[in-house]
Amino acid sequence: MIIGDTIEQGINWLTDNFSGLFDGINESMTSMIGLIESFWVWLPFYITIALFAGLAFWKAGIKNGILTLLGLVFIYLMGFWEETMQTFSLVLGSTIIALATGIPLGIWSAKNKTANSIIRPILDFMQTMPAFVYLIPAVLFFGLGTVPGTFATIIFAMPPVVRLTSLGIAQVPEDIVEATKAFGATPMQLLRKVELPLAMPTILTGVNQTIMMSLSMVVIASMIGAKGLGEIVLQGISQLRIGLGFESGLAVVLLAMILDRITQNLGKKSKKK
Amino acid sequence: MKTLIGTNVSILTSDIISRNMEKIKIENLSLVFGKNRSKAIDLLKKGQGKSEILEKTGCTVAVRDANLTINEGEIFVIMGLSGSGKSTLLRCLNRLINPTIGKIFINKDDITNMSDKELLEIRRKELAMVFQHFGLLPHRTVLSNVAFGLELQGISKEERETRAMETIELVDLKGYENQKVSELSGGMQQRVGLARGLANNPEVLLMDEAFSALDPLIRSQMQDELLLLQEKMQKTIVFITHDLDEAIKLGDRIAIMKDGEIVQVGTSEEIITNPANDYVTSFVENVDRSKVVTAGSIMFTKPTIARLKKDGPAVVVRKMREKGLSSLPVVRTNRTFLGFINIEDAVNLKKKEIKSIEEAIKPEAMTVTAEATVEDILPLLSKTTRSIPVVNEENHLLGTVSQTSVIAEMTGKDKDEISDIIQKAYDL
Repeated sequence: MIIGDTIEQGINWLTDNFSGLFDGINESMTSMIGLIESFWVWLPFYITIALFAGLAFWKAGIKNGILTLLGLVFIYLMGFWEETMQTFSLVLGSTIIALATGIPLGIWSAKNKTANSIIRPILDFMQTMPAFVYLIPAVLFFGLGTVPGTFATIIFAMPPVVRLTSLGIAQVPEDIVEATKAFGATPMQLLRKVELPLAMPTILTGVNQTIMMSLSMVVIASMIGAKGLGEIVLQGISQLRIGLGFESGLAVVLLAMILDRITQNLGKKSKKK
Repeated sequence: MKTLIGTNVSILTSDIISRNMEKIKIENLSLVFGKNRSKAIDLLKKGQGKSEILEKTGCTVAVRDANLTINEGEIFVIMGLSGSGKSTLLRCLNRLINPTIGKIFINKDDITNMSDKELLEIRRKELAMVFQHFGLLPHRTVLSNVAFGLELQGISKEERETRAMETIELVDLKGYENQKVSELSGGMQQRVGLARGLANNPEVLLMDEAFSALDPLIRSQMQDELLLLQEKMQKTIVFITHDLDEAIKLGDRIAIMKDGEIVQVGTSEEIITNPANDYVTSFVENVDRSKVVTAGSIMFTKPTIARLKKDGPAVVVRKMREKGLSSLPVVRTNRTFLGFINIEDAVNLKKKEIKSIEEAIKPEAMTVTAEATVEDILPLLSKTTRSIPVVNEENHLLGTVSQTSVIAEMTGKDKDEISDIIQKAYDL
């Protein structure tokens, strides 16, 4: 097929000509993820559990606080603590990068019609292309390991935050934007003081979605050597160990629920009921 | 005027004049929306209509060749129905929308040529705007909304909050400063909007249908308060409305717009008593004219009078018989109004062969000033059958208002129609 061939040639050309760039990215991402990972693995489990439960209690109420506490204790008791922390570090690392690129892209596409008409189809593509497909170029660029996993995760997880940032800013009422301009706001002041604060709930929904999607992708990324819970799931599949597969899958679900409950409530004022 | 003293004087007078003079001048301003603007402007200059231009170029003419002068310290109302281009024209004044052609001068500076930086400066310092749907920041408190304009200027938190508090007191919002604006009623929110506008201490206040979203009672209250504030502040206010009653109540002068064109500019009285065309006529038809039309505009300026020194009883009697009147106003040579003289008294004087009419003058007469509205005159008619004399501050007679002209004004019928009605009533 022509398309397949072209893509293949393109990817090969990229790997041939930009290997230095990819190596650089590879190194910096390895050290970043490594730093995050070593911190969470180093931190004693009871402190981590206390931190998470405390945050959930503070932001999302007593019910979610208890859920977080019990969930993490359960993961620890199943013996997946280190893998869970590795997975969490990958999620954290790729989310940070996805947000750092995705939010500016979202703002840009809200402000600029041309940008929007270019970014939108790319997002459609990124979201609907089967997640496994990203694994192949990731391996070609970065080899096996954590970095290609993170790379594939970023691509897969970025669209929601781009879309929802763009939506949030587009939804700021026209009369408020007009009033802000009428009082002599610079475009930067308009963005910082008005558009971003008003779009914040929508942007945070995007952040939440990005985290959830990167969590689901991190598991798939273990197929190309990303560490963490995905490895155990994969082990369960390849060795047909239903029990192990189910247990590690449950750990993923619990981690997802905890991250979801906490991030969903990040934007709200703390509630302690 | 080239001498030293002369120059000084001329500087002084030009100072005084500029204070009472034009603040905003709009010259040949047109605004066209759409892609093929230059062609649309060409057609517009050739005098083609809005629908023709839309058909030929696909462009919408929002404002067509607008010319206006707005004076310092006046409330200038631009009135029109929706789609008349009034809000668009207002937005040209702070260039929220850029005019396609034409010039706008504020304090003699052409703002259509300004750089972005100068424009920011003028929006921050000289022009503030109040919006129909308030345009407040719902996530912030009243205080921080009012201080918002100052915040954009980079004024320190302490100073801007002190200044914002002063304005909050001015618009009667004290005690609410720490509430979120989303918790306030519409009327209260618009007070916040007004306070935000005033906090910058701007020279010009642009108000875009500022009270239209409020319910009638609150609206009328806010109108009264705006007028009270204006007495203190003396800002130049450009007020947009679709409501003629509001325009009349607030406006020192009114411009009426239709289909992007300014149809008439004048005081409310000029517009009501002398509408420029059928459109304005149909607009002003339902207005309560009694509140607007003044004695000055309906008085008869050359009434038959009795002059104290010159006219003896015989002349006075003849004048009254000629005109079919039963009494005449009496004035001194300098037109100072003295009272009325009745025909019977004049006839008596004539019989007694007294030369002066002085002793027959009935001084107990009601007078009104030229500014008195028909509403003010009506109650007086229940006490007298004479015409009501209109006088100035020095009590000089300016004219008289007859019962018939008051009734004609109230009913909108001319004198012939009124005599027809009276005739019909007799015939019954």
